[in-house]
Amino acid sequence: MIEFESVTKQFPDGTVAVEDFSFTLPSRKTTVFVGSSGCGKTTLLRMINRMIEPTSGRITIDGDDIAGRNKVELRRSIGYVLQSSGLLPHRRVVDNVATVPLLHGVKKSQARAEAMDLLDKVGLDRGLARRYPRQLSGGQQQRVGVARALASDPNVLLMDEPFGAVDPIVRADLQSELNRLQRELGKTIVFVTHDIDEAFLLADQVVIFRKGGVIAQAGTPAEILAAPADDFVASFVGADKGKRTLHLQQRPDDDGLTLVVDGDGRPIGVLRPDGALEKQAPRP
Amino acid sequence: MDLFESALRWLLDSENYRAGSRSPLPIQDRLVEHLTYTGISVLAAALIALPLGFFIGHTGRGRQLVISFTGAMRALPTLGLLFFLLMVLDDHVSFDRAPLIGSVIALVILAIPSMLAGCYAGLESVDRTTIDAARANGMTEWQILRLVEIPLALPLIVGGIRSAVLQVIATATIASYVGLGGLGRIITSGIGLYDYDRILGGALLVTALALSVDALFALLQRATATRGLAEHRPARRRTSKSADTAARA
Repeated sequence: MIEFESVTKQFPDGTVAVEDFSFTLPSRKTTVFVGSSGCGKTTLLRMINRMIEPTSGRITIDGDDIAGRNKVELRRSIGYVLQSSGLLPHRRVVDNVATVPLLHGVKKSQARAEAMDLLDKVGLDRGLARRYPRQLSGGQQQRVGVARALASDPNVLLMDEPFGAVDPIVRADLQSELNRLQRELGKTIVFVTHDIDEAFLLADQVVIFRKGGVIAQAGTPAEILAAPADDFVASFVGADKGKRTLHLQQRPDDDGLTLVVDGDGRPIGVLRPDGALEKQAPRP
Repeated sequence: MDLFESALRWLLDSENYRAGSRSPLPIQDRLVEHLTYTGISVLAAALIALPLGFFIGHTGRGRQLVISFTGAMRALPTLGLLFFLLMVLDDHVSFDRAPLIGSVIALVILAIPSMLAGCYAGLESVDRTTIDAARANGMTEWQILRLVEIPLALPLIVGGIRSAVLQVIATATIASYVGLGGLGRIITSGIGLYDYDRILGGALLVTALALSVDALFALLQRATATRGLAEHRPARRRTSKSADTAARA
């Protein structure tokens, strides 16, 4: 469980990125922070592994105040995936994945063997292990990034727009892969994105931000879709746009399934009973 | 052309390499002296410039100060500096050691700016995202420097050392003005004797030495170029080389 307790961050130039933010992220669930750029979502994410220090307030992980923990140790215990994979360009894929275990002093042969298993886990061919990051596609690099983040078997996984820079087809692939991984691993995932569809697809809990780190609405995808808190949220989830008015639809002949339907009346997915969105496979 | 031929003949004359010849001969002794001065000066300069460059490159602190300071250092005429240092050192060290100490200091001051520039420019050229990711993965600042920044900056760092070594080799000839040896000794004695073979031969020796050391560094620079980072090949100095890089790429 990650708890923000009235966290404020003011940068040296005077910008207030986040003001008096309090929120609880449940363990073993995926929480997605979504909002347009500059809304403070990345700042919040980076405060969890102390890449950014809050100006005031407290952040606790499972009740432990992170301000009291050694920064380096804390970061090694938290997985982190960035938009640009941020892999070390001069190290082979396998050594990139093994970065954190190697820092922990795990023997090289063992760290490499475990890294190979992780490549399997994230769906990468073992043959890519000897390559350098530059020799991989963007999607493959992101998978390596995810494998690296998982290498120390962290309880918490921070993902900062990890799929923002890959093409839509690869992105859909990575998204479903992440859902599969999460069902298998059950990490506490904090995921930042500006793509509301991605948020609904991955999240157990969605937090929609206004500027300044103010929560516009928080809840399960179903709750938000069913009852947008205000016009801002409604416009964010696309309810006010003629083009893509996402809404829920229940029809008698659907066996009680709740459909998520866009503005043209095309169903884009099914709402599972636990509130997650089961996206329909894209049609040709 | 006669001048060149005669200088080359002088260079190839085994008589000039015979041990025990009168100063400034034999040539190989002067060559060794020259390399010794160069080695000492470059090593001392590296001990100062590299840590300082790493600090500036890693922290970004003190950059402006050092840029303007090294700019001023570059503008110092080394020969003038050498005579000034001799006057200053006169009060502090014995007269037989002052020339060596003075020359080394002057050459160190000559070598520092390029090394420092190569060093912090190299570190600054490293992608910020890579460093950010390394930090977020739990590397200490020292590990970031050692495992990420220096390996990725190595071609530029070596490039800085390369141009410093080149300048020092060329400039170490001035040591002969204060009574030391080195290849400059051959040139100065040639000037004194109106012996053009020696003047030109000495100059050719310095040039050949500089070019061969430069070639060694070019190889080293290529060897340190990060594997897996095609566009991080070291900057080429000569067009012929960049052409062959292009051909390989």
